Amino acid sequence: MTPFNLAAINFVWLPILPMVIVAVGAIVVLLAGVHVDDSESEGLGLVALASLGVAFVFALGILGQNGVAFAGAISIDSFAGFFELVILIAAMFTVMMSLDYAADNNISGAEYYSLLLFSTVGMMLMATAGDLIVIFLGLETMSIPVYVLAGIMRRNAKSNEAAIKYFLLGAFSTGFLLYGIALVYGATGTIKLGPIHDAIASGAMGANPLLLLGIGLMLIGFGFKVAAVPFHMWTPDVYEGAPTPVTAFMAVGVKLAAFAAFVRVFLVDFPSIGAHWQTVLWVVAALTMTGGNLIAAVQTNIKRMLAYSAIAHAGYLLLGMAAGVQSGPAILYYLLGYAFTNLGAFGVVIALERRGEVGNQISDFRGLAARQPLLAGAMAIFLLSLAGIPPLAGFVGKFYIFSEALRQGYVGLVIIAVLNSVVSAYYYYYVLVAMYMQEGGSEVKRLSNRPALVAAIGLAAIATILIGIYPQPYMASAANAFHSASGAEGIHAVAGAFDP
Amino acid sequence: MNGGALTALIFLPLIGAIFILMQSEERAIWNSAFIFSLLPLALSFYVLFEFNPQSGDYQFVEQYDWIPQFGITYHIGIDGISLFLVLLTTILITLSILYSGGGDIEERPREFCFFMLVLETGLLGALLSVDLFLFYMFWEIMLIPMYFLIGIWGHGRKIYAAIKFVLFTMVGSLLMLVAILYLVYQAHVHFNRTSFDLPLLYQVPLTPTQARWLFAAFALAFAIKVPMWPVHTWLPDAHTNAPTAGSVILAGVMLKMGTYGFLRFAIPLFPAVAVEAIPLFMALAVIGIIYGALVAMMQSDLKRLVAYSSVSHLGFVMLGIFALNPQGIDGAIYQMLNHGVSTGGLFLLVGMLYVRRHTHEISEFGGLWKRVPVYAAIFMAVMLSSIGLPGLNGFVGEFLIMLGGFLRLRLAVVIAVFGVILEALYMLWTYERVWFGPITKAINETMRDLTGREIAVMVPVLALMLLMGLFPRPLISRMEPSVTAMLARGNFAQAHLETEHQPNRLAALVPASTHEPEIAAAAR
Repeated sequence: MTPFNLAAINFVWLPILPMVIVAVGAIVVLLAGVHVDDSESEGLGLVALASLGVAFVFALGILGQNGVAFAGAISIDSFAGFFELVILIAAMFTVMMSLDYAADNNISGAEYYSLLLFSTVGMMLMATAGDLIVIFLGLETMSIPVYVLAGIMRRNAKSNEAAIKYFLLGAFSTGFLLYGIALVYGATGTIKLGPIHDAIASGAMGANPLLLLGIGLMLIGFGFKVAAVPFHMWTPDVYEGAPTPVTAFMAVGVKLAAFAAFVRVFLVDFPSIGAHWQTVLWVVAALTMTGGNLIAAVQTNIKRMLAYSAIAHAGYLLLGMAAGVQSGPAILYYLLGYAFTNLGAFGVVIALERRGEVGNQISDFRGLAARQPLLAGAMAIFLLSLAGIPPLAGFVGKFYIFSEALRQGYVGLVIIAVLNSVVSAYYYYYVLVAMYMQEGGSEVKRLSNRPALVAAIGLAAIATILIGIYPQPYMASAANAFHSASGAEGIHAVAGAFDP
Repeated sequence: MNGGALTALIFLPLIGAIFILMQSEERAIWNSAFIFSLLPLALSFYVLFEFNPQSGDYQFVEQYDWIPQFGITYHIGIDGISLFLVLLTTILITLSILYSGGGDIEERPREFCFFMLVLETGLLGALLSVDLFLFYMFWEIMLIPMYFLIGIWGHGRKIYAAIKFVLFTMVGSLLMLVAILYLVYQAHVHFNRTSFDLPLLYQVPLTPTQARWLFAAFALAFAIKVPMWPVHTWLPDAHTNAPTAGSVILAGVMLKMGTYGFLRFAIPLFPAVAVEAIPLFMALAVIGIIYGALVAMMQSDLKRLVAYSSVSHLGFVMLGIFALNPQGIDGAIYQMLNHGVSTGGLFLLVGMLYVRRHTHEISEFGGLWKRVPVYAAIFMAVMLSSIGLPGLNGFVGEFLIMLGGFLRLRLAVVIAVFGVILEALYMLWTYERVWFGPITKAINETMRDLTGREIAVMVPVLALMLLMGLFPRPLISRMEPSVTAMLARGNFAQAHLETEHQPNRLAALVPASTHEPEIAAAAR
C-alpha cells in the first residue's frame, strides 16, 4: 500500500470524517474567539452550526454501511450513522437555542461553542465505538466539556454547584465503568466488542464471576450517565443549575450517546448471558420509572420537573433494555422522538427566560396561552408527547417499546409503566393548566428578535408530530440501524482476527 | 363507491379547527365554526341516506396501510351500531356551537371553537375506526379538547374537575392499551400476522384466563367512561364544572363511547367472558340505576342533578347491553341516542338558566313559569322525554331494554323499574321547585324568555324527541342487522337458554358453533 493511495486514505478517514469536521469546527471557533468580543458571539455560534451541518451531510453516508475501521476500534454501520445523525441534530438545536441565550447571559462564545462541539465529538465517538476503550474515550471526551459547560456561568452559584456535583459524580461513575471494562477484559481477554460477544456466546465462560462483576460495574457506570434510579441523584441539581441550553444538551445529547453505547454493549454483546443482567435491569427500570415520575409530580421548577421526567423516560427505555434484544429498534425509535420532544420543551423554557432565573418556575407559565399562543401551543405538543398522547412521537415510542416488551412476556413491567404514564400525565397536564387555565406569570422577551430559537422550537414541534403520525420510515431506519449492529458480529470477528 | 366520505367526515372538523385558528374577528370565528360543523352534519345525513339497511357489515369502508411494521391500517367503516351515534355527534356539536355563540362563551371564542371541532374529529374517528390502534388514537385524542373545555371555560373547581376527568379516563385506557397489545401479540402467535384489524382480532383463540384478563382491562376502560357505579365519581365533578357545551357533548356523546366500546370491542372480542360477566354487570347496572336516581334526588344543584340522572340512565343502557339479546341491545343503542338527545337538551336548558342567573342552585329559582312560559314548556317536554313518557323517545328505549333484560335476568329488571319511578319523582319534584309556585327571588321577576337563537337550538331537540318516540322502526331496522351480526360472534342465544333454567358458567366455554346466526334469529 503506497502512502498516496487515495482509496486507502478514504477508507481510513471517511468513517470518522463527521467527527473530524466537528473537531475542526471546534478548533476554528476557539481560535476565532480570540478576535471576537463576547457580546458578538453569535457569529461563532453560526460557525459551530455550519460545522455541525456539514458533519451531518457526511454522517448520512454512514447509513447503510457495514464495516469497521482502525482495526475494529470504530464501527461503521447504520447504528453509528443513526446515532451520529440524531446527536448532530441535538447539537444543532442546542446551538440554535444558545445564540441569544449566550449573548444575554454574558457567556463567552468561543469557550461555550467549542466545548459544545468537543463534547459532540465525544458523543459521536461513543456511538461509533467498536471496542470498550473507545467507548471510554468517547465518554470522557463527551463528559469533560459538559462539566465545564454546566458551570460556565461563573458568577452563578447554582451553576457552580451543578458543575461540581456533575464533575464529582461523573468522575466517580466513570471509574465504575472503567473498572467494569477492566474486569470484562480480564475475563474475555479482549476489548473488542465482536470478540467479546463471541467469547461469551461460545459458552466456554459460563457464568464467570469476573465477567459478571465487570458487567455489573459497567451497568452502574452507564446507569449514572443515563440517570437511572438509584444513580440519578445528580440529575435534578445539575439540570436546574446548568444554563438551560446546556441542560437540553445533557438531557438529550448525553443520554443519546450513553444509550448508544449501553445498547451496543449490552444488547449486542451481552445478550447470551442476558438472564443475569436483564433481571437487574427489570428492577432498575421499575425503580427509575416510578421514582422519576413520583418525584417529578411535586416539582415547582420546570427544569427540575423536566429533569425528573427525563429520569422517568430513561426508565421506559430501560424497560426496553430489560426486555432484551427484540426491543432494540423500539429503543432507537423512542430516543429519536424523545430527542425532538425534549429539545423543544427546553427551547420553550429558554424562550421564557430572561436575565437571571425568571421563567424557571411552573407558575411562570401562567397565562402563556393568552400572551404567546404559538409558544404555548408548541409547549402543549411537547408535553402531550412526553405524556404519551397519540398521535405524537412520544406515544408511538411508548407503544413500540411496550408492545415489544409484552412479546417477551414482561406484562408486569409494562403495567407498571402504563400506571406510571398516568402519574406523568398529572404533572405534564399541570403545566397545561398553568398555561391555559390560569392567569399571571411573567412576560416573555420578544420572540421576533430570536429567530433561531423560534426555528428550533418550530422544527421540534413539527418533528414531534411527524414522527408520530408517519412513523413508518423512522421505525424502518431504527430497525435497520439496530440490526446492522447486532448482525455485525461476524465482521467484528474478522477484524479481531487481524489484531496484533 | 362512496370513497372518502367517512374520511371527509372525520377530518372536515379538524380542517375547520385549523381554519378557525387563523381567524381573529369574533363574529367570523363563530360563523365559520358553525359552517364547519354543518358540513359534517350534512355529510352524515348523506351517509344515512346511502346506508344499506339490509347489511350488517361495515359500509363505506376505507382501508390503507399506515404503519406496516405493526400491520396497522387506516381502516374505517360504519355499521348499524355506529350510524346513529355518528349522526348524534354531528347534530349535538352543531347545536352546541350554535348555542355557545349566543353569549354562553364570551372569553377566547377562537380556542373554544377550535377545541369543539377537534373534539368532533376525535369522537367521529373513534366511532368509525375498525382498526384497534386507530380507535385507541382517537379515543385518547378526544380527551384533550374536553380537558381544555372543562378547564378553561368551566365554572367553580374546574381545574380539579378537568384533571380528575383525565386521570380517571387514562387509568382505564392505558390498561386497555396493554390489553390491545397483548391481544395483537396473541393474534401474531396464532395467525403469524401482526394486525390491529378488528375482524381478524375477533377470531383470536384465547384461553379462558387470558380472555378474562383482557376483558377486564377493556371493561374497566369502558366502564369508567360510561360511567358505571363505582367508577362514576369523576362524572358529577366534570359535569357540574364544565361549560354547557362541554356538558352536552360529554353526556350526549362521550359517555356513549363507553357503552359503544362494550358493544364493539369488549363483548364481541371476548364473548365467552361477557356471558360469564352478565350477573356482575347487570348488578352494577342496577346499582347504578338506583344509586344515580337516589343521589340525583338529593341534589340542590340542577346540573349535578342532571349529571347523576345520567349515571342512572347509562345504567339502563348497560342493562340492555348485558341482556345480550337483540331486544336488549337494540334498546340499549336506542337509549344511547335518547339519552344524548334528552340529557343534551336538559344540559342546554340548564345552561340557559345559568346564562340568566349565573347559578345552578334549585333554591334560587321558583315560580319561573309565569315569567318565561315558552322556556318552561320546552323544559317540561325535554324532562318528560328523559323520564320516558310514552310517545316520546325515552319510552321506546327503556321498554326494549326492560324486555331484553327480562328475557335474561328477571330480578334485575324488577329492581330497575324502581329507577324509572324514582326518576319521575325527582324530575317532577325538581320541576315543581324551579317552575311552579310563587316567585321567591325578586331577581327572577325580570327573567327574559328564550331568545330566537335559543329556540332555534331547542327545536331540533324537540323534533328528534317526537320523531324518535313515534317512529322508532326506521332507526331500529337499520341497527338490527349489525346487532344480529354482533350477537352471532358469541353463543349468547345458547347461553340465554341455559341461564333461563340454571345459571351455568360452562355455557361460556362452549366453542362458538356455525349455527349461531340461526340461533340468534330464532331467539327473536
